[in-house]
Amino acid sequence: MKLKTLIVLSCMLLGGSVFSAAQEVTDATALTDTAAVAAPRPIADLFARDSENDHGHSLTLSWTISPDDGAGQMNVIGYELYRALSPDGEFELRGKFPFGAASYIDVGAKEKESSQYSPDHTDFYYKVRALTSDPEVFTDSEIFGPVQSYGQWFNTGRIPVLVFVIGFLTTTVILIRRARGGADLFVRRLPGIEAVDEAIGRATEMGKPILYVLGLGTAADIATIASYTILGRVAKKVAEYQTGLIVPCYDPVTMTVAQETVKTAYADAGRPDAYSEDMVYFVTQSQFAYVAAVNGTMLRERPATNIYMGKFFAESLILAETGAFAGSIQISGTDEIAQIPFFVVACDYTLIGEELYAASAYLGREPLLLGSLKAQDYAKAAVILLAIIGFLTMNFGLEGFKELFYISN
Amino acid sequence: MEGSKRLSAIILAVVIALFLVSWIVKGLAISDSGAALWFSVRDAFFITLAAFLTLAILSFLYKDNPYYKFAEHLFVGVSAAYWMCVGFWSTIVGNLFPNISESLSGYFDVPYKGFNPFYFIPLILGIMLLMRLSARAGWMSRWALAWIVGTTSGLNLIRYLRTDFISQVSNTFVPLLVDWKGVGPFFSDLSLSASGQFTMTLANWVIFVGVFTGLIYFFFSKEHKGFFGAASRVGIWVLMITFGASFGYTVMGRVSLLVGRLTYLFRDWLGLIS
Repeated sequence: MKLKTLIVLSCMLLGGSVFSAAQEVTDATALTDTAAVAAPRPIADLFARDSENDHGHSLTLSWTISPDDGAGQMNVIGYELYRALSPDGEFELRGKFPFGAASYIDVGAKEKESSQYSPDHTDFYYKVRALTSDPEVFTDSEIFGPVQSYGQWFNTGRIPVLVFVIGFLTTTVILIRRARGGADLFVRRLPGIEAVDEAIGRATEMGKPILYVLGLGTAADIATIASYTILGRVAKKVAEYQTGLIVPCYDPVTMTVAQETVKTAYADAGRPDAYSEDMVYFVTQSQFAYVAAVNGTMLRERPATNIYMGKFFAESLILAETGAFAGSIQISGTDEIAQIPFFVVACDYTLIGEELYAASAYLGREPLLLGSLKAQDYAKAAVILLAIIGFLTMNFGLEGFKELFYISN
Repeated sequence: MEGSKRLSAIILAVVIALFLVSWIVKGLAISDSGAALWFSVRDAFFITLAAFLTLAILSFLYKDNPYYKFAEHLFVGVSAAYWMCVGFWSTIVGNLFPNISESLSGYFDVPYKGFNPFYFIPLILGIMLLMRLSARAGWMSRWALAWIVGTTSGLNLIRYLRTDFISQVSNTFVPLLVDWKGVGPFFSDLSLSASGQFTMTLANWVIFVGVFTGLIYFFFSKEHKGFFGAASRVGIWVLMITFGASFGYTVMGRVSLLVGRLTYLFRDWLGLIS
C-alpha cells in the first residue's frame, strides 16, 4: 500500500516537474516573442569635415546620438561608421564604437600600399548605423557627403612653439652679434670645468693618459654636441702638455666627429704630428659590451683622469665606480636626469644638466656659444616671469593665461 | 714570475675541468628529461658557457684578469658584428632597397615599395661619410656630418622647446592656495589626505619654490651671491633631494637585474632552486 502511494506521489511529482518545465519554456518563448527588438531611431545631424592641422588622410565626423541611445527605447548598443566613394556605391566599415559616442576621427594610412590607405582630395560619403542587440535590427542614418581630406601646410595649434622659436632665435642672434662686437658677456664660474685644467695637469705630472668618454648619444644629441666642444678644449691642452688621450666611442658617426675634433685641436695646438687616429676609436654599439671594454681600459691603462661628458644611461654608475676604483680623478656631465645621481656619488665633479651646455660656452668663449648661452639665460628669466604670472593668474582663477601655452598635436 | 705562471696554469686547468664536468652533468640532466642526445649536448654547452661568461664578468669585482678579458673581448667582438649585421639588414636591405630598386628588393626577398628618389639623399650622404677612408676625398665626410648634426639639431630644438619648455612652463602654472575659503575653514578642515586642501597646497608650493630656485641655480649670467646665492642653494637642495629619490629608485632596478643573473646561475645552471 505504502509502495503504491509512493509510486503515485513520485509520478505526480515527476509530472508536475515536467509540466512546470514545459510551462517555463512556453513562458520564455512568449517573452522572446513579445521582447523582439524594435528598430531604433537613427542618429541625426551627421557631419564630416577634414581634420585640422594634420598631414591629410583624416576626416573628423560628428553627429547627434539616436533618441533611443540611453533614452526612449533604450535599445541602441553602439554604432558603426560606413564610407563609400559614391552615395550608391559599396559602403565599407570604417569604425565601431559603443553607445553614447557622438564623434569619430576616421584616420587612414598615407602609404598607398597600406590596406588602410585613404586618399586625399577624393570625395567620400558617410553613414552611421545605430546597432541593437539583434544583429538583424539596426537603422542607418542619412548619407553625408561629399567630403574630402587634405593636408595643411601650417599647424595653427603650434603657434606658441613658433612664437617661442622666433623669440629665442632673435634673442640668440642679437646676443651673438653683441658677443662678436666685443661685448663682455659674463658667465659665472663653473667649478667642474675649472677642474678640467687641473686634471690635465695632474695627468701630465703622473705621465698617464686621460680617458674621455662621450657617452652613448649620437652625433646629433645636444649633450654630445656640447661634449665635442669640451673634448676639443681637453685635446688642445693634452696636445700642448704632450699627455696621452684615449677616446673610446660607442657610435661610429660620433667617432668620426670626435676624430675631426681631436685632429683640429692638435693642429690648433701646433702639434698635428702628435695626433693619431688610434686615440679615438670605435668599440661597439652594444651598451654593456662597450662598458666592459671601457672598464677594461680603465684598469689596464690606469688613466689619471676620466672625463664623462655626454649622454649616459644605465652604464653611468658602472663606469664611474670602476674609475673611482682605479684611483682616477673623475669629472662628469650629462643631461640625463636619471643618471646624474650616480655621477654625483662616484665622481669628483659633476656638471648637472644644463651646466654641460654652459661649460662648452665657458671653455670655448666663442661668440656663437656665448650668445646662445646668454639667450638660454634670458629664456630662463622669461620662464621665471611667466611662472610668477601663471601662479598669480591661477590663484585668481584666470585660467585663460594657461590656455595661451596649449599646444595641439 | 715562474710561480705566478704555474698558478695561472693550475687555475686554467681547474676552470676547464669544472667547465667540462658542468657540461657533462648538465647534459645528462637534460637527456634525463627526454631530450635527444644532440640537443642535450648543445643546450648543456650553451648553458654552461653562459654561466662561465657570467662568472667571468663578475670576476672583475675582484680585479682585472684573463677570464674577464676573454669575456670582454668576446662580448665586444660578437656585439660589434651583430650590430653591423642589424644595420645592414634593417637599414640597407629593409629600408633602402625597397625604395630604390625592384631587382635588389627581389634579390634580398623584401617587398618592393616603388621608386622613391628621396632615398638617394641618405645613400649619397652615407657614401660621403665613407669617403673618410680616402685621403684625398676625406673632406666630403664633413659635409655629411654637418648635414646630420645640423638637421637633427634643428629638429631637436623644436621638440625640446615643445615638450621640455612650453609644456613644462604651462604645467607649473598651479594655484598656490587650492580651494581657498579663508583661514578659518583651512584650519577647521585640515586633513593630511593626498587629495586634501593642505596637501595640494603644499605640493603646489613645492613646485613653485622648486622651479623658481632651480632656474636660479641654472642661471649663468650672474654670480651666486646675496639673494641669488641663497635661492640657488635652495635650488641645489631641491635637485639633490630629487636625485636621491631617483638614485634609490634606480638602485632597486639594478638589484632586480642582479637577481635575474643569480636566478640564472642557481636555477638554469646549477638547478638548486626551482
